[in-house]
Amino acid sequence: MNLTVNGVEAELVSPPLATLLHALREELGVTSPKAGCQQGGCGACTVLVDGQPRRACLVPLGAVDGAEVVTVEGLGSLDGLSPVQAAFHERYAAQCGFCTSGMMIAAHAYIERGGTGERASILEALGGHVCRCTGYTKIVEAVGAAARGEVAPADVQADFDPQPGEPEILVKGAPA
Amino acid sequence: MTAARPEVLLPSSPEDAVRAFGDGTGVTVVAGGTIVMPDLTYGRLQPARALLLTRSGLDTITREGGTVRLGATVPVAALEDAPEPLAATARHVADVEIRAQGTVGGNLCAAPGAGAPRGDLQAPLIALGAHVRSTGAGGERTELVEEFLHNGSSEGRLVLEIEFDEPQAGARAALDRPHTHDYTALSVAACRGVDGTVRLAASGAAPHGIRLPSAERAYAQGGDAERAGREAIADATFADDALASAWYREQMLPVLVRRALTDLQETA
Repeated sequence: MNLTVNGVEAELVSPPLATLLHALREELGVTSPKAGCQQGGCGACTVLVDGQPRRACLVPLGAVDGAEVVTVEGLGSLDGLSPVQAAFHERYAAQCGFCTSGMMIAAHAYIERGGTGERASILEALGGHVCRCTGYTKIVEAVGAAARGEVAPADVQADFDPQPGEPEILVKGAPA
Repeated sequence: MTAARPEVLLPSSPEDAVRAFGDGTGVTVVAGGTIVMPDLTYGRLQPARALLLTRSGLDTITREGGTVRLGATVPVAALEDAPEPLAATARHVADVEIRAQGTVGGNLCAAPGAGAPRGDLQAPLIALGAHVRSTGAGGERTELVEEFLHNGSSEGRLVLEIEFDEPQAGARAALDRPHTHDYTALSVAACRGVDGTVRLAASGAAPHGIRLPSAERAYAQGGDAERAGREAIADATFADDALASAWYREQMLPVLVRRALTDLQETA
């Protein structure tokens, strides 16, 4: 089976009933989708499959053969964060970070489908995403700012330069 | 020792899906995956064969001549514009992403959940008088949704299509539990069909969605929504779960029947 993950084609050997989450994390080493509840209830594994937000823990790999998958790493780049990434950075919308990648994917999809930043619509869009730090206020503010174009991604400069293949931040005991 | 890997079938047309399902022996059907995949992940389900319906072409919706036909893999999200009370129920299933992934066929076939009711769409489909066309041992058959559920057909049958006539009016009343995504402890669906008959159904009042014939009879005899609500209790089999106690459900079912019927009167 094949996937294109963040623009890079990959051939996979995981069985077709393995979850997309398993394939991303364990086979490809893409660890931004988090293995939280693994039953669709927490939202931490959410990725874009052919542009649509999907719970990677609920998708059998065999059902997405040939699909284009985007994780939070693929939303922007070190040279230019996406509006949602920049908003989370500017508005301090991440605490422990476990829910952040799923939240960002959901927020990106919300804006892509025309979300304009109205609070109720943000709550609806993020309804399936649990933040164990309960940092919802900052998250909702950040998504609203991104949706309204109130962020300046170009002003956010990366202050580290990880080499390909090396972990960007290594914290002993932290979940990958 | 590990279990043998299941054979995985990926049909590319409805006909292929029917052939691949055969008589259903040992086949686990995966449509949207929202219910089955956690069972596979956690080893609660170890199928010999798995049928992935993603590319089966069973995802069409037609709305012609007053009849609505839903393919088995139509996502729940696509029902948000369907006739009431199906649309209102669909909008209260889980969250925006799960609704895009879960399917009407999977919801219809959902086994009773341990912690919360499953199969929220069963009640509105029963109230709409929907028929379900399925295949399996003995070939294809079409039956009312309440018969399909009552006969335990969700085990061993492959749902192909659900069909119902557009009603004159529909209404929903529910005991929703505020959460990051929606859980419905108990809901009542009411429909006035094209012939003026009022049908009532409930989810969360039995292991699967049920019709409320006692309440329907009471309502037909005088249009008394209060009395219909009281009579509904006779049709239910209440149970405790993580969302509500059997006692609370018994108190609330008459209230929800009354509210649904009152709304139905106002929208008709």
